[in-house]
Amino acid sequence: MAIEEPIEDKEEAVQQTAERYKVRIEKVNGWYGSKRAIRDVNLNVKEKTVTAFIGPSGCGKTTLLRCLNRMHEMTPGAHADGRVVVDGIDIYDKSIDPVIIRRRIGMVFQKPNPFPTMSIFDNVSAGLRLNGMNNKTIIREIVEESLRNAALWDEVKNDLDNPGMSLSGGQQQRLCIARALAMQPEVLLMDEPTSSLDPIGSSKIEELVRVLKDNVTIIIVTHNMQQAARVSDFTAFMYLGDLIEYGSTNQIFMNPEKELTERYISGKFG
Amino acid sequence: MTVDSNSNSNSKPKQNYRDILQETVNKKYRKRLLLNRLVTIFTIVCVIAAVVPLVSILLEVVKNGASAISIEFLTQPPGSMGSGTGGIAPAIQGTIIVVGIASLIAAPIGVLAGIYLSEFAKKGEFVEIVRFFNDVLTGLPSIVIGIVGYTAIVLSIGSFSVLAGSVSLSIIMIPIVVRVTEETLKVVPYSLREAGHSLGISKTKVTLFVILPSAKNGILTGIVIAISRIAGETAPLIMTILGTSLFFTGITGPVDALPLRIWRLASQPYESAHAFGWGSALILILMILALSMGLRFLAQRRSLKAVK
Repeated sequence: MAIEEPIEDKEEAVQQTAERYKVRIEKVNGWYGSKRAIRDVNLNVKEKTVTAFIGPSGCGKTTLLRCLNRMHEMTPGAHADGRVVVDGIDIYDKSIDPVIIRRRIGMVFQKPNPFPTMSIFDNVSAGLRLNGMNNKTIIREIVEESLRNAALWDEVKNDLDNPGMSLSGGQQQRLCIARALAMQPEVLLMDEPTSSLDPIGSSKIEELVRVLKDNVTIIIVTHNMQQAARVSDFTAFMYLGDLIEYGSTNQIFMNPEKELTERYISGKFG
Repeated sequence: MTVDSNSNSNSKPKQNYRDILQETVNKKYRKRLLLNRLVTIFTIVCVIAAVVPLVSILLEVVKNGASAISIEFLTQPPGSMGSGTGGIAPAIQGTIIVVGIASLIAAPIGVLAGIYLSEFAKKGEFVEIVRFFNDVLTGLPSIVIGIVGYTAIVLSIGSFSVLAGSVSLSIIMIPIVVRVTEETLKVVPYSLREAGHSLGISKTKVTLFVILPSAKNGILTGIVIAISRIAGETAPLIMTILGTSLFFTGITGPVDALPLRIWRLASQPYESAHAFGWGSALILILMILALSMGLRFLAQRRSLKAVK
């Protein structure tokens, strides 16, 4: 499979070269032991856009996402190589501590995973407090702002001391988003964030994604093509560990260049 | 798929699996019903077999021991042998001190070692060896540990002592706490660790402030079980604290303990001493019960607060 440079709409191309890319993924390989789950992926993500990774199960979209904040290597036996450049810094550089990287690149997981022993307030402030922030006024302000940005504030503002686990599944997921936002991330990685939620919960998260992109660069993995079409500006289609096609969401869905993409989009497999 | 079903229908007529299955189920039905009932009865018998000795021991201890308990019994040192006067206060005090110090030594070491095995150790021979010896240590006869305490501490400081007893008991306690901590931490979902790491929180802090609180109740239960176990130990104490009739004099001096007191009272020929022995046993059981229920109550109140 030949390596594709990102394909962009021609009229946008001129404009885009002037803008810098927030995340540049260069020849990234993700391994589980000796098995290569993603192969030589190249992809550039524009700042303050939503990029969706789509593809059938096992295509490597989650692995690729987890390579972007070095969570992939936390899995026993897993490692990655290649370059992931965020704001001009290669996060796989030897001198880079992955812990520092993860403070700037937030992540939301498939299943809501609030800290079970903490209150709603403590869940959101956990990242701040455990990274050494002591200023209670600032913490309180950030917690409120993050909960507002996660569209959860109005529902929980009187119950901030209740445990995070007391919320519904959809609220828990928005709590996790607020928790990630509290760290003021520049990039937010979302790994199928609505897969365990009901339609109402899902649509709230989708709405949130569209709003959040004004401030944050969002990369979202989804198995739901309609969701990718609804929320994303750019879409990357992956298949069996290869990036097959990458372009603006309109182009990928309306006018895919590759036959494989067209067949997947139209539901012929996957 | 289509090719397969075609070739099947060509070779032989398709059997009606539903009828065959139904026939099999009907044939075995009575047998299964009977077996079901037998297994149920068997499990109930096992429960009774497990509970009857426990309850009868408790009843026996309460029946024989309750009459011995009085204010004097709880607050006075033993009177002269066979007089039926005095109490077991030094033994209560000694048990609290020796077991308390042993817990203070063993709980932190055990919990930290368990954290290491579960969270920080890389898979490999070293961890397997540590785990193996930890398990061996759990099964070591306590008298052997008493001999270790005797030779290592009693002989070197030249006196039976609280210190020797506490260290010996802590050696019994540590492997239990290590095992329970490791197992409890392993049950904490991996997704919580991921959530912590994704916020750029260092591994140490994730472990201490996210993972450990989630496992707190399990670890506490493990510590209580380990304390209960050492509070009833007799053999290592004979070799280390000796047992006296006097109150605590210092960490390097001998002291009494309830299991020792029970053993001594039981080996005396006097009726009054036997009654005191039963009373001491009752006190020991009540102390362990209070500790266990107190901690459970605390844990439950916390989690109730969390649910509300």
